Amino acid sequence: MRSRISVQDVEDAAVGGAILGTGGGGDPYVGKLMAQRAIEQYGSPEMIPLKEIPDHKIVMIAAGIGAPTVLVEKILRGDEAVTVFKALQNYLGKKAYAVMSAEVGGVNGTIPIAVAAHLKIPVVDADCMGRAFPEIQLVIPQLYGVPATPLIMADEKGNSVVLSTINNEWTESIARAVASKMGGMALMALYTMDGKTAKRATLPAMLSFTMKIGKTLRIARQQKLDILSELLKVTQGVRLFKGKIVDLDRRTDKGHVRGVAIIQGSDDFGGQKLNMQFQNENLVARTGEKVLATVPDLITIVDQDTCFPITTEGLKYGLRVTVIGIPCHKKWRTPAGIALAGPHHFGYDIPYKPIAVRGGTRRSHAASARN
Amino acid sequence: MQHRLGIDVGGTHTDAVILDEKNTLVAKTKARTTADVSSGIEQALKQILEQPGVEADSIVHAMLGTTHCTNAITERKHLSTVGVIRLGAPATLSIPPLYSWPPDLHARVAKKTFIIDGGHEYDGKEIASFNEKEIAGVIRQLKGKVESVAITGVFSPVNAAHETALGERLKAALGPDVSITLSHEIGSIGLLERENATVLNSALMKTANLAFSGFLAAMKKQGIHAQLFLGQNDGTLMSVDYALCYPILTIASGPSNSLRGGAFLSGLKDAIVVDVGGTTTDVGVLVGGFPRESALAVDIGGVRTNFRMPDLISIGLGGGSLIRNENGRVRVGPDSVGYKLEEEGLVFGGETFTATDVAVAVGRAHLGDSGKLTKAAIAIAPKADREIQQLVERCIDALKLSAAAVPVVLVGGGSILLPDKIEGASEIRRPNHFDVANAIGVAIAPVSAQIDRVFSYEEFSREQALDEARKQVTEKTRLAGADKSKIEVVELEEIAMGYLPGHAVRIKAKAAGPLAPGRTTSRASAQ
Repeated sequence: MRSRISVQDVEDAAVGGAILGTGGGGDPYVGKLMAQRAIEQYGSPEMIPLKEIPDHKIVMIAAGIGAPTVLVEKILRGDEAVTVFKALQNYLGKKAYAVMSAEVGGVNGTIPIAVAAHLKIPVVDADCMGRAFPEIQLVIPQLYGVPATPLIMADEKGNSVVLSTINNEWTESIARAVASKMGGMALMALYTMDGKTAKRATLPAMLSFTMKIGKTLRIARQQKLDILSELLKVTQGVRLFKGKIVDLDRRTDKGHVRGVAIIQGSDDFGGQKLNMQFQNENLVARTGEKVLATVPDLITIVDQDTCFPITTEGLKYGLRVTVIGIPCHKKWRTPAGIALAGPHHFGYDIPYKPIAVRGGTRRSHAASARN
Repeated sequence: MQHRLGIDVGGTHTDAVILDEKNTLVAKTKARTTADVSSGIEQALKQILEQPGVEADSIVHAMLGTTHCTNAITERKHLSTVGVIRLGAPATLSIPPLYSWPPDLHARVAKKTFIIDGGHEYDGKEIASFNEKEIAGVIRQLKGKVESVAITGVFSPVNAAHETALGERLKAALGPDVSITLSHEIGSIGLLERENATVLNSALMKTANLAFSGFLAAMKKQGIHAQLFLGQNDGTLMSVDYALCYPILTIASGPSNSLRGGAFLSGLKDAIVVDVGGTTTDVGVLVGGFPRESALAVDIGGVRTNFRMPDLISIGLGGGSLIRNENGRVRVGPDSVGYKLEEEGLVFGGETFTATDVAVAVGRAHLGDSGKLTKAAIAIAPKADREIQQLVERCIDALKLSAAAVPVVLVGGGSILLPDKIEGASEIRRPNHFDVANAIGVAIAPVSAQIDRVFSYEEFSREQALDEARKQVTEKTRLAGADKSKIEVVELEEIAMGYLPGHAVRIKAKAAGPLAPGRTTSRASAQ
């Protein structure tokens, strides 16, 4: 179903996107303001289902690359995404039928909405991962052999680069270095796909899913429902831990924010300490030797009282938080998906074990067997 | 016996309490808040010194909690005009300064806003260098037009060079009367929130100067030679010198104080505290005896900031709130006659219909002369009374995290406006000394200090550096007067300074602890 994206939808998508952003993907507030300002200036863009893209038309992705902490401080000039999107169309000599999101988690969920409003083209209700990941090749299209290049990236100063690479790992490596030189954050247009490819190689209904999560939280707050259980219900998630942040080691390094947060358990987790490793996104949650969850499953830190998602840059010493786990899309739970974006990829010598989905371990085994 | 003095300056009343070393109330008094502030404080000091068992000499610590700055913002009164400069172009142009501010506050405060070339990247490199022509233009446009200037540079918490340099240039060009606030001294990473807080700080300079200097002068006149602290937004106390530069930090200190006072007086650990003053009402939540902190960005008068503050709602409702009948719709506040209630309120023989008159008209409060209420006032009083109750009920409902009813503690002199039955409350408590809960809250607040230092992680391991930072901040807090055995590190932040050699990391730490009994030996100021 086609629909128009309202300012309220953007607000909901920003919150829901931050839940799926697993700590990375950037501050939803800045992304929200940018998309809302674009809607005020250019009108509401149309959101179309993935299946409605004609097979022979092309879609392109607009996304930011860099360290999310940079984005809350050095906010964008505003026209970078539109500039690179137009530049890639010119480079290819083709008009894009629609713009799509690389990752609905975080700012990259709302940037395409701003581009769509500005260029008066639709935004596709889909994305390439159903979460956020810190590297260009960590997307479902990679599993289908879709090249990220030609890619055009630009900074706010007016510098731009066209990339043509032999594979997506090289794209990541070069684009990351360029983004770092550009001041830690750049905007890019990439992953040009025709409609036929996009329908196979991307995940449908993800943008509307973020809106649904945001709306669920908003209504739960308004109606004084149990916010956490509403959140777990809509995301199929599980509560992993509860406690207070007692240590935080966070640094911007090689174009990423890397670090670890230590959470001292409270209530039923009293006496335990959770160690959360992140690289833009939360990667591995452990208590001692016990692994609670790893990528590609989603690990999100939310405020204990309001369940508002807390991004990596928003983590503060002393915050009282709940950690939740959300099962990733089944395409990630294939051997190829786990090899691409599982714990080994990030340097952890631990096997991927799917987190239990809601309803107990039996269902979780069934679910992982099915996947 | 050694005593401590707690003073709470509200929009309407100035309350003073004296506590002994065991936090027992020795004396309390209320005076009217005056236009010049200091004569009201002086009056309160005079009154409390007249009470038995209290000597000026025995007071070793004085704590001032004041809602001046909060009131200035919520009422948009006595605010300085601010020149707002952001160093960041060509980055950051997508969201201009003060983009999401309420239009009336924006118009009142920000005479001119600029985004000019400058600021830094995350690694400390320049985004763009200064554009001399542009800066000359900014100076031309600000000269003689603004009372203060707020400068926010992109990544100034990492590299403050541009902010500092521009600040010096403006100081030289605009003269010593124009106060200048630099954002890296106000907040941390998060440009928009830090910029908002910096602009608010600039806007508050005039109000702060009047309020804090007034208090110093008043104490001196009464022969009190106590170490002076001011309540700040995280519920801890800071030195007066520090508060004069950073008045924004006193914002929302009142609610922390009333929450702490409400917990102390009622003995409840989990409750909602409603503090009704003469001008504003603050509603906050106690969890386990402590104010619930907001994990989200905090709104001050509709402006988003990233201060750590109690999660609370503040509305323009108080004993002096104006009641208006607009085509049959009754409106309460947000403006207030404030300290002039006892001249301007109807029951006091004045001409203005206030919330206090409503409480008298419906028979809840017995003040002044009910015979002086006008017919029109009596006619709409029940409607206004319902409106007042609903205003508070909406706040309580918004703060509650579940549908279950919770105990509600009513404090503040204006709480006589409220009925004994409130929707969403399991019980209503009006504890003893409810009228001076804020002054008690500030008198028992912990004192805090902070450090901000660059460590080299090549020289120290991270563990050593953090331990050293903890040790230093704890020592500084002890010197500021805190009881060593009870000091806790409450904030700890590391900011990588990528542009400096040797893996340099800026560590900001803050510690707090209750005041140790006795006179502080060192005069090191708390921050």
